[in-house]
Amino acid sequence: MNRMPPSVDSTQASAESDAIAVERTLAGDRDAYRVLVERHSHNVFRLAYRMTGNRHDAEEVVQEAFLRGYQKLGQFAARSNFGTWVYRIAANYAIDRMRQRQKEEARREAPRAEHWDGMENDPLNRVPDEAPTPERLTQSMELRRQMEQALAALSYAERTAFVMRHWEGCGIEEIAEVLKSSSNATKNTVFRAVQKLRRALQPFAETKAQARAMGTES
Amino acid sequence: MKHMTEEELIAYREGVAEQRAVILDHLAACEECRGELERIEAVLAALDTLAVPEPGADYGRHVWKEIAPRLTEKPGRWWHVWMDPRRLAAASVIVALIVAAFVAGRITRPGKTVDNIASKEQVRERVLVVAVGEHLGHSERMLVELSNAEPRDPAQKQVNISAEQRRAEDLLQENRLYRQTALQEGDAGLAGVLDELERVLLDVAHSPEEVTPAQLEAIQKKIEGRGILFKVRVVNKELQQRQEATKPAPAQNDSTKREGNKV
Repeated sequence: MNRMPPSVDSTQASAESDAIAVERTLAGDRDAYRVLVERHSHNVFRLAYRMTGNRHDAEEVVQEAFLRGYQKLGQFAARSNFGTWVYRIAANYAIDRMRQRQKEEARREAPRAEHWDGMENDPLNRVPDEAPTPERLTQSMELRRQMEQALAALSYAERTAFVMRHWEGCGIEEIAEVLKSSSNATKNTVFRAVQKLRRALQPFAETKAQARAMGTES
Repeated sequence: MKHMTEEELIAYREGVAEQRAVILDHLAACEECRGELERIEAVLAALDTLAVPEPGADYGRHVWKEIAPRLTEKPGRWWHVWMDPRRLAAASVIVALIVAAFVAGRITRPGKTVDNIASKEQVRERVLVVAVGEHLGHSERMLVELSNAEPRDPAQKQVNISAEQRRAEDLLQENRLYRQTALQEGDAGLAGVLDELERVLLDVAHSPEEVTPAQLEAIQKKIEGRGILFKVRVVNKELQQRQEATKPAPAQNDSTKREGNKV
């Protein structure tokens, strides 16, 4: 898991100063919200990037999360942690974004399949093939590509559960709340995600591990 | 010996196992399950090498700069978001077009119900087509200007692109609205090109106000490399054709209809 556990003191101090910034924002001091945005943007970006898999969508998720956070700040319970709260808003919006993106891609794929014969004549399709040449295809690049594909093949719930649990170290209850699911169902979702990733990546991961053991990894 | 299931080992590895101590004891005694756990860990370790790009030390400030104009004076009221001048401007263009198209539809198409349904759909499509066509035209002009920008003299160390940057920021707001509308209307092709355009606009809007000639060249290469100008032109042309196709046929006046009835 990559999320470094901060010390208890710093977490408490940050939560207290977040609470003050929230109070001031609610009292009409708009600039107080800036403190919250600047403090939590990096964490939210990391979550958003891992969930959406690209920078463009991740940036949109971050901005939208803080905008929605501001609009809903009146509903924010003072006993909660602002970081966790805005994180949850970002995760929800990222799920919406992924869903939207998948619909877009499905619609884009359908006509492509129907008009396959006309593809060669379409100037829009004369873009360079993304398939790497043997020279460019190093083992690690191929593994990266496989990993991105494997992550993209997960359902929204699986990807969210995996990202939040494995990379962000979130508790099962927190993830369950985002997925609007029970704790047990969320645990199963984490399991299914890891199982699918394993099926897709095991051969590549083993090759890499062997190469590392033999000292031949590039 | 009863081995651990894959589910138990994954739950253990991800820290969500209920009987952690039992699994730990079993792993200490069972080489086969240890091997299985190592294979799971190899996959997860490989996944951990997937890096997240560093958004930059001043990313928080950048996010604030982007959202600050869209925040209301006091949080809590959803409709305040629409009070952002740029959103308001884009929305008012859409509303004006909808009203105009609706009124035009009412005046020119007093036909039967089926005709009205068809006409309403056509009107909606025309509204989107006209508004997006205009937006694409503006975007194209900005991108062409940026693509042709160059230092006034070869010794110039900085090129000011702040005007293009501001226009890109404004276009970005509109673009998001149109992309979402295109998606709602089920126009995936248009939404796709708007999505690509959005990425380019985002790049330009996020560029520094003053760039070195090398940075300018990099931006220009990016625009060229993505072929976005070409795609924008192709889609704009297609929209014009659609606009022609969805234009209502000239209304028959009553006297013509009466003439026709006589035959």
